[in-house]
This record gives sequence, C-alpha cells and structure tokens, in this order.
Amino acid sequence: MSLEKVVFGFFIILALTLNFGFVLGQFYYPEHHNTYELLAVILVNLVATVLKFGDRTQTGALLLASSLVADLQLLTAAVVWGYAAQVHAQGVDMTMMATIVSLAAGALLANVVSAVLVIIDTVNLRR
Amino acid sequence: MDKVVFLFLRRMRKPLLILIGAYTVAGLGMILIPGEDPQGNPWRMDIFHALYFLSYTATTIGFGELPHPFNAAQRMWVMGSIYLTVVAWLYAIGKILSLIQDPAFNQALRTQSFERAVGRICDPFYIVCGYGDTGSMLVKALVHRGHGAVVLDWNGERINDLELADLQVHVPGLRGDAALSSNLVACGLYHPCCRGVVAVTDNDETNLKIAITGKLLNERLPVICRAHNAATRENMLSFGADHVVNPFDAFGERLALALRSPGLYLLHEWLTSVPGTPLPLPVDPPRGHWVIVGFGRLGQSVRRGLLAQGLTTVVVEHDAGRARCDGPCIQGRGTEADVLREAGIEHAAGLVAGTDRDSHNLSCLMTARDLNPDLFVVARQNQRDNQALFRAASPDLLMRPGEMIAEAILAHLSTPLLARFLALARHRDQDWADALIARIGGITGEVVPEVWMIRIDPDGAPALVTLLEERSVTLGALLEAGQRRHSGSDCVALMWMRGEEVVLTPEAECPLATEDRLLLCSRPRVADRFRQLLQDTRALRYLVTGESRPEGLLWHRLARHGRGGASNTAE
Repeated sequence: MSLEKVVFGFFIILALTLNFGFVLGQFYYPEHHNTYELLAVILVNLVATVLKFGDRTQTGALLLASSLVADLQLLTAAVVWGYAAQVHAQGVDMTMMATIVSLAAGALLANVVSAVLVIIDTVNLRR
Repeated sequence: MDKVVFLFLRRMRKPLLILIGAYTVAGLGMILIPGEDPQGNPWRMDIFHALYFLSYTATTIGFGELPHPFNAAQRMWVMGSIYLTVVAWLYAIGKILSLIQDPAFNQALRTQSFERAVGRICDPFYIVCGYGDTGSMLVKALVHRGHGAVVLDWNGERINDLELADLQVHVPGLRGDAALSSNLVACGLYHPCCRGVVAVTDNDETNLKIAITGKLLNERLPVICRAHNAATRENMLSFGADHVVNPFDAFGERLALALRSPGLYLLHEWLTSVPGTPLPLPVDPPRGHWVIVGFGRLGQSVRRGLLAQGLTTVVVEHDAGRARCDGPCIQGRGTEADVLREAGIEHAAGLVAGTDRDSHNLSCLMTARDLNPDLFVVARQNQRDNQALFRAASPDLLMRPGEMIAEAILAHLSTPLLARFLALARHRDQDWADALIARIGGITGEVVPEVWMIRIDPDGAPALVTLLEERSVTLGALLEAGQRRHSGSDCVALMWMRGEEVVLTPEAECPLATEDRLLLCSRPRVADRFRQLLQDTRALRYLVTGESRPEGLLWHRLARHGRGGASNTAE
C-alpha cells in the first residue's frame, strides 16, 4: 500500500460522492442543492485532475479525459449559477436550477467512469 | 499525446496543486468570516464575490475592498491570504520559467519541432549525417539543385550553424549521435519521400554504423559513405553501401588521369563540379621526377598513380614508422631546403605537399618554389578556413578532401547515370574527350554545366511517350524542339541507354523509344524548362512536327469528325 495510491483513490472517490450528494434531491428545487457543495465538488475535481497529469498509459489518458469532462461540466454549472445569482433578474429559479443540476449530473457520469476505470486498473494489477 | 505536453503536465503537478489549495483556503475564509454592509446589517461574502476578490488580490492587481468595506477580522484574513496566494502564484510562475529554461525540456521541444518538420516534408530529401565542411557543402548544393535535406550531427554548434546558414529552404537539423538507429529513424529513414542516406561524419566507425543501420532498416534506400581507410571501405561495401567515397584514393586516380589524358581529366572536372560556378581551368601536370612530401593516405595513393604512369618518385616523410616504402625515401619534414634538395627538387617536375597539416604544406610549397620556380605544385588543403592562404599561394592543383567528397557524392546522388558515364569515358581517347569538351564549352560559356537525365516513360516524359506512339522521334529532333521553345536551351547528349545497351555521345539520328534513358548536359536551369516541355503534349507535338492539333475532348472529337468527313467526301 502506498500513500500516493491512497491519496489518488481518495480524491477520485470523494469527487464522485460529493457530486452524487449535490445532484441528490428534487431536480429543480434550489433548496435541495447546496452551493457550497458544488464548490467542494469543483475543488476536489480540480485536484483529482491535476493528480492525473503526466500518466502516459492508455488508462491514464482516459482517466484524464473523464476528469476534464467533469471539470468542464461543473465549471459550466458554476458559471450558470453565478450568472443566475448575480445577473439574472429572477435569481436562482427552478429553470436555472434544472440547468445547473443537469450539468452536474453529466459530471457525475464522468466521475463514475473515472471511478470504474480506477477499479478496473486495480483489479488488472497483478502482483 | 506528445512527450513535451506530458513533461510539462508532470512538472506542473505540484505548483497547480499548491495553487488550488491556496485559493481554497483563502476563499473559504472569506466566505466564512461574517462581515457587515454599510447599513450595519450582517453580511457574508458569497462564492462569486470571494472568487472575484481573490482573483484580483492574488494576481497583485488589487481593486480594493469590494463589494463592501471589510471589518478587522476580514482584513486579518485577507492579509494572510495575500501572502499565501501571491507566494503560490510566484512559485507556479517560477516553475514554468525554470521549466522553459530546462535543457531537457528544451531538447524535447527541439526534437518535437524537428520531428514535425520532417513529417511535413513532401518533396524528395536526403538524410545527411555530419555537418562539417563536407556536409555543409553537400547540403548547400543539394538545396541548390532543388532537393531537400535533413541533417544529423552530434555537435550542437553545427546545428546552430545550419539554422543560420543562408539556404533557400528550411533544412531541419537534429543534434544527436548518428550511430544510434533511433536518431536516423527520427530523421525520416522510413519516410516515403526519403531518397537516400549520406554518411559524411569524420569518424569511419560512425559512418559504418550508419551504413549498417540504413541498409538493415530500409533496404531500398541508397547509402553513400565516406571512408578514410580501406578496411572500412570493404566492410561498408560488404554491408551493401551503394557507393563509398575515399577522397585520397579518388585524388590519386584523378592525378593519374590528368597525367594520362588532360582532356578526360577536364571533362571529369566539368561534369562533377557544382553547376553555375566558374568552369575549372585545364591543368597539365608534367611528366618527370616527382617529390612527394607526406606519405600518409594521400601520399600513398598519389604515388601509386604516378608509378602507374611510369614516373619516378621520391618520398619525404617525417614519421619514421610511415617512411618505409619500397622506393627512394628520405626522412624529414619537407619544409627545410636541404631535405628538399636531397630529394632532388631542383631537377624535379612536380611536388605533392600532402601532409595533414596546412602550415607544413604551405611552408613546403613556398620553400620548393624558391628552389625551383618551374615546379608543378599539388597541395592538400585540410581546413576550409585556410582557403585564402592557399589561394594566395596558388598551387597548380589544389586537393581539398571535403570538397572532393561533396562533389563525388553529389554526382552520384543527383544523376546516378553520370558515375556510369564517367567510368565508361575513362576508356576513351584524348581526341574524343577534346571534341566533347569543345561541344560542352560551346553551349555553357563560362559556367559549370548541369548534368541531368530523362527517362522516357509516362512519369518522366508523358508528352514524348504520347508522341512516340504516333510517330518516330530522333534525338536530334527532340533537342532541336527544346531549343526552339527557349533560345539558349542547347543540350549535349552524353549518353543513351536502352536496357543494358549503352552509347556514349549518341548521334542526332539516334531513334528514341519508351523506356530509353538519356543523360544530357546543358546550362543550369535548362533542365526544368525541358522537363516542362516533356509534360506538354501539344507544345512538343507542334515543335517536333509543326502540326497544331486541338486539345480537349470536344475539340478533339470535332477535329476527328471533320477529318473523317473530309476523307469520306474524298472517297
């Protein structure tokens, strides 16, 4: 067991769980989705992305790609939220919330792919 | 993905993590610490404003306290987070800067741009290993003749020289050991446009390794090597190298040729010099007693040539170990008057100053001229930088190994038929050579002619192939057509080949057929115009037959219909 593997796995699983937690709840109710949770998801995802940098294997490339997809979706969600809260006349209403959550749900899929890849990679590892 | 991107990402991992961490800590603090708006109501910064504030503070731009003035607790936190985020940024930027200056990263960048440049090449090119005197001359001449080149040299300064060299097209250069096969592959050994490998490094062993690599990895490519010693030469040929150039042997043979037949020697010089340069002057080495100073590779080769012509020689050599030869031999530097006198310089016809040190050769030349002003002097110039000195000393014949190799390789690369022509020409007599020289001199004027080849096949000369299907064309008619198209496009036919049948200087009545090959010589740049003509069926037909026939499917049909109608009415 190496500390590096623990940290790596920790961040990838944490990104998945936080993302799931954020999406959980009634789809379009702003009350069911916490903005700080979205912030945490984004930060953990960014760290997970950086941790995946520089791995030249095929799995490494796929892991990085899935992470980049999740980042893209989550950052878009954050931008939409920022726009809704600061610029939009009606504030964060149900339409806006639906957009944000659907984007975050897309990121959730990418995070699931990430986690599955890590598990496959670990299972294939022969000692 | 590219190696460079991976290297960059791997090195940036730590700074990026630190940056994300610093922003997270500073931002969370800003969100969590309670503040007040101007009315005194409790207010907390939201995520958007925290990010906005951090963005301009961390990058040291600093717009002030937005959206509301901070209280003491917030200011304390901001103070801490400024140091945290600014230091994180400085660290990240410092890392990027040091990465850009990192030699390993730079090498990776250069290798990548080199590989891209090689990948983009879509014209025929040669791989030139070694960019010294010979290599640089060769690359310049190749580019001048419209070929591409890729250079491989272990010396980074020489690659820099290549980048600064005034060449018309971009020649990619890689710094690396030519003996490593991976470097040769990076230079495009498998590239579909690669036409050959030239090994001209100053190390015989490296050249041998290049020949082996080239032949093993891509058998169809011709490999041309430079060799300084007979054993390496044999070894290279056994590995299938197509041509091995040994400048010293070649010079010995050429000096013998000049003694035997000055006309053939001059023909050889004219046809193998770089096209467009001034024509070499004829030399006429006298027969008689020759003094050879320096009995190294050049001295031995020259002596063989002179003895074969029935001349007497005396060898002057400083190194006692080398001074053993079967003929008269004197030990000494050859720069002192008494040693030269002992060698019989006063009644000698010629002198060869052939040591591997330019200062010795020059000093020997000057001393010998003092003793015998009528002497025919052959000097060897080792270093290109000494050109001005040798020009001032003006020996009758100058031997420059680097240039000789470049010329021999060029002759072989650009027109493989030329090597065959020259080999056959050696067996001809003086009158034949003089007549040919007069003809070539008549069309080229003062500059070295260009030698080029036509292969009469659908690729090389489609117009001529079409015309040959209709009627017979003689060599004279073809050359005349070229001359009528552009004045000053006179060509001399050097050789005609059909299968294994070869005719030197074919007559004008020689009939042409498809799959024939012609070796021609003309002023520089005539070849391009002539090749254009060979693509243009209409122009060629008009020039050869005087008949102008309509082109295009419609006009063609109309014309045929018209002709058919005319013949019908005649019936």
